[in-house]
Formats: sequence, structure tokens, C-alpha cells
Amino acid sequence: MISSIIFILLFSGGAIFFTNNALKVRRNILLGKEIDRKDQFSARLKIMTLVALGQKKMFERPIPAILHLFLYAAFVITQIELIEIVVDGAVGSHRMFRPSLGGFYTFMVSFIEILSVLAFIGTIAFLARRNILKVPRLVKNELNGWPKLDANLILISEIVLICFIFMMNGADEVLYTMGSSHAQNLGDGSLGLSISAHLGPLLFGGMSEHSLHIIERVGWWGHIVMVLGFLNYLPYSKHFHILLAFPNVFYSNLNPKGQFTNMESVTNEVKAIFDPSFVPPPGDSNVTIRFGAKDVIDLSWKQLLDAYSCTECGRCTSACPANITGKLLSPRKIMMDTRDRLMEVGKNMDSNKGEFKDDGKSLLGNYITPEELWACTSCNACVQECPINIDPLSIIMDMRRYVVMEESAAPTELNGVFTNIENNGAPWQFAQADRLNWKND
Amino acid sequence: MSEPLSVPTMAEYLAKGESPEILFWVGCAGSFDDRAKKITKAIVKILNHAHVKFAVLGTEESCTGDPAKRAGNEFLFQMQAMTNINVMNGYEVKRIVTGCPHCFNTLKNEYPALGGSYEVVHHTQLLQELLDSGRIKIEGGSFKGKKITFHDPCYLGRANDVYEAPRSVMINLDAELVEMKRSKVNGLCCGAGGAQMFKEAEKGNKEVNIERSEEALALNPDVIAVGCPFCNTMMTDGVKHFNKEKSVKVLDVAELIAQANDL
Repeated sequence: MISSIIFILLFSGGAIFFTNNALKVRRNILLGKEIDRKDQFSARLKIMTLVALGQKKMFERPIPAILHLFLYAAFVITQIELIEIVVDGAVGSHRMFRPSLGGFYTFMVSFIEILSVLAFIGTIAFLARRNILKVPRLVKNELNGWPKLDANLILISEIVLICFIFMMNGADEVLYTMGSSHAQNLGDGSLGLSISAHLGPLLFGGMSEHSLHIIERVGWWGHIVMVLGFLNYLPYSKHFHILLAFPNVFYSNLNPKGQFTNMESVTNEVKAIFDPSFVPPPGDSNVTIRFGAKDVIDLSWKQLLDAYSCTECGRCTSACPANITGKLLSPRKIMMDTRDRLMEVGKNMDSNKGEFKDDGKSLLGNYITPEELWACTSCNACVQECPINIDPLSIIMDMRRYVVMEESAAPTELNGVFTNIENNGAPWQFAQADRLNWKND
Repeated sequence: MSEPLSVPTMAEYLAKGESPEILFWVGCAGSFDDRAKKITKAIVKILNHAHVKFAVLGTEESCTGDPAKRAGNEFLFQMQAMTNINVMNGYEVKRIVTGCPHCFNTLKNEYPALGGSYEVVHHTQLLQELLDSGRIKIEGGSFKGKKITFHDPCYLGRANDVYEAPRSVMINLDAELVEMKRSKVNGLCCGAGGAQMFKEAEKGNKEVNIERSEEALALNPDVIAVGCPFCNTMMTDGVKHFNKEKSVKVLDVAELIAQANDL
């Protein structure tokens, strides 16, 4: 009875706290500008099924893909078992579904156990890749400090979580064979769990009934506390990707990657130049329009969703021609900076009754430097690489627009190019009248 | 062997009261860059050889605005786009072939929303079409058995998912086509895109074109094939950097086809 109350309090506390933080993330994302990504529902569903659910792009690199698949499958399937844990915790039952589900129950939990072992192996391998093998993309400069700790904390939590599962199931298996488990005795002599039926006796065989009950409870409570803790850690971590990957892929850019947005505000001005009788659509005149992006609020909600969805895997950066050749640009850092600044803006709003109070900072300048922006070749390798269709290039381009159109701070050579295009219709100083001279060369 | 080039303009067609099958969008590099002009001529030779009714805009053509847009000058881009759209819509242009993937991408993807909707193909796609329909055949065998590797232009490949057209064209050469490790969707940029062509590279420890040329040269090719005048410049410079310009040629797919046919 007491334990049920504690459980319900703990669970609802965890759920409320998470919901509150998740809503803040949502609010922050919606600070972004409107962009239409609600068209083509069936195409979006398809891409989400293939790329997010089916992990299609992950398999470009098979080794991490398989390791990641272990964790992903274990995470998704474990949610089924979590239903029972929640029910057991709330009503004080123990393995409530076992009697009614029978063989299917044994199969399900056994399957989860096998996936958990695979996830355990995957996690150890991931820790090794980061800390021992030092895979280049996982040890780059932008990961120093919190990002590195964040990554390791996630992996260690997963190991602890899996250990709790096997404490819980292993001790219960030994108790069941002794006839002392709180699970209803179906007269079958064993819970029949694929891993724990062997691992349990190996680890806990010969222990007293009292100790076994303690180990089982520590495992059970440890597991649920870890789950709730992990859930609440997500909004503070890059690991929020496990939830946002799905909507992020759903709202992917479905246009050809080479197609950049045409700024509507500019179109209205240009149309007015070509046709003096052109009347821009209403609603434009009173809003001060900033060309391009200086801060996170100048970006679209999708670009901000991208930032929260990024799990800092660094595939983008490892394929970036600028980064490969030692330039300052790292597409991953662009995404990390965007999220860091957005979280800073969110905190600012929290402490000022929901209003943003100017802090004299901005994404461009305080986080991202022009040197990074000007190193980009717009080759789309980063966009191609991202397993969940994040688009760092669009942020780079929006910031270039700000630098050029608001600050007139393009690199000198490019200003020359602009003048040439304006005057001669070519980036070089050749007269347009000479454009067909090649024919007679 | 070589006949004089026939390069009619849209204005000439209009004067005759006719319209061509296709507009050949030459592009700034194709018009002014000495190396790229050779590619332009190769394309024209093929079009003439295949009796394609094409025309150029000539002095009415102006930069698509691509470098301005990628450099962040959206205003200048749209000014260029509207100017070009006015000219092309005036001629009732329906179909365009470009000699450059940057022009191709901009005309195909970024002009429609500004009022310029055309069917746009890259010259390697048109070559494939001409080969498939039998309008050109590859008779000469000057590249037979030669080792050729194709460097994917970013704005043809990743930007527009065109990977097969240049390759299926080159299959007709009876050459040995080899792929670099980073090819197709994983192709490495030559370093020129995003207006980098027109500025000094940012500080780093290597030039992008050196990194890419190194990868291509590691295959010991006879030819590095390209489909973009800017890639051509970058790869040519890269090959020179390694003093390989005597043994390794950097050629556009159009030049390969034209040379194979002794055009």
C-alpha cells in the first residue's frame, strides 16, 4: 500500500516535471518563424517510416548502425514491459500480466532480455568508441566539456538501467524456483526468461530468500527510478533526439537539396522595382523585417526543431569538406550552438515572466563567427549525412544573408563579385556584350 | 574534320518566326572562362552533330544569380532571376539545357517560384537522351580501355539526385570507369561551391581541391571526368599541384563524347 503511494507520487511527479520541461522545449521551438511543412502528408509519413523508424540513413555506416539498432530496438520494445511495471507499481501487483498472457508473456520478456543484452554490448562498444578508440568524429573540439560528459552519462545510465533489469529478473527467477517469488505460481517451476533463467542462478544462486527479495526490489525500483530520471534528463540533453527524431524527419525538407528558399520579403521589393504598379500583400508594411538570421528567433521553427533533435553524432562534420581540410566550420557545432543559444533565450524568458529581455547576445557573434559561415561550400554533404534529416546548411545560409544584407559585411572579394553581377551580369569583369564572343574564338 | 560552329540565338529564331527545341544556357563560366569555353564548344559540336534545333540567348543572357544567392545576397539574386525570367518568358522558352550544374539547379529549382517555370536538364542528361534515342552514336574509340573516374558535382548530385546520367553516358566510351571512395551521395566537393570560387579560402590546413584531387589521383586514372566548369578549374589546379597534368587529363563529359566522335 505504502509502496503504491510512493510509486504513484514518484511516477506522477516525474511525468509532470517532464511534461513541464517538454512544453518549454515546444515553446522555444515555436519561437521560430513560420514555415510550411504540413503539406504532403503521405510523403512525410513515408520518409518518417523509412528514415526515422527504419533508420535507413544509419546503414550508410554499418557498424555504428548495428550497435545503434541494438539500443534502439531495446528501447522501443522495453516500453511494452514498462506498461506492466507501471501497473504493478500502482496497484501493488507483481508480474500482473503473466498469468493471463502465459507463453506470450515469457516470449515477450525473454525477447526484451535478449535485446537488453545486445543493448548492453552496444553501449559498451559506444563507450569504447568514444573513450578508448577515440573515433575522430566523437572526439572533436566542440565536444569538450559538457557534450562529452552528456554522451558518457547517457551511456552509463543505460548500462545501469540494464543492470537493474537483470537484478530484478535474475533474483525473481531464483525466488520463483524456491517458490518464494511474489509472482503468481503457475506450477511451472521457472519464469522461463531467456537470459535471467541462467544468469539469475549464476549471480544470485544460494543467497537467502531475504537478500533475494531485497535485490529484486532494488532492481525493480532502481529500474523505474532510472527510467523516470532518464526521461527527465532528456530535455537537458542531446538525448532528446530519441523523441524528436520522429517529428523532425516527418517535417523534413522534401524539395531538392539544392533548392534554397526564395525570401518572400525580397521578392516583394524586387517585384515593386520591376512593376511600379505592384502592390505587396497586406500585413507586410508595419513589420520590421530582418533579412536573414542574426539570432535564433530569426530562424524557422523547423531549424530550431533540428537543433533540439541533434544528438551530436558528427556525421555531418566528418563529411564536411571545410572541416576535413581544417577550417573552423563544423556543421555539428552550428546545430549545438543553435540549441545552446535557444536554451539560453528560453531561460531568459523563464526568469522574466515569459518575456525575452535583451541580453545583448546573439547566435551570430556570440556563438557562431562569420569565419565559420564563409568556410561553407554549400555542398550539402552535411544534410545528406544526417540520419534524421537535420539541415545545418539552411542556418549557415540564413546567417550569410544577415551578414550580407543587414551588415554589408561580405568578404571583400565577394563584394566585387556582387558589383560585377550587378553591372555586367557575370561574376567577373567581362561585358555582357561580349557574352557570345566564344563562338568566334 | 571540324565544321564551323552553328550557334543561333533566340533572337534569330524569333526573327524567322520559329522556335528551337531547346535553349542552351551557356552560363558565365561557359561564356568567359577560357577553359570552360572549350566545354561550351564541345556541347555545341555535339548539338550540331545531332542536328538538335537549339539556340542561345547570347548577349541577352545574364548570370542566373547563383553565386549571389549562395553568398547571401538574395536581393541581387532575385534581381538577376527576374531579369532573366522576363527575357526567357518573352521568348516563350519551354526547355533549357545548361552547361553548368549551378545554373541547372538555380533555373530548375529557384526560378519557378519567381515566375519562371521551364523544363531544365543538365548537359549530361541531354547527352544521355541523345544517345538513348540514337541521335548521336559513339563511333570513335579514343577512350577505349582508358581509366576514367567521375567527380560528382554537388549541385548535380546531392542537390538534385542526378548520379546516373553522366555515368551512363560514359559507359558508351568503352573505357574502364572507376569510382572514388567518396562518390555519388558521398562525393566530396571540389571546394568551389557556395561562392568559394570567387574568394580566398578560409584558414585551414589544406585546400579542398587538393584533398579531392589526391583522392582521384590515387586511382591512377587517365582522365578525371567532370560535369561542371568550376569543378573543372578546381580539379585541373589540383592535378597541377601534384605535377600530374601530363598524364592525367581533366575533361568534361561533353568533351569526352565530342573527342570520342572526333568532333
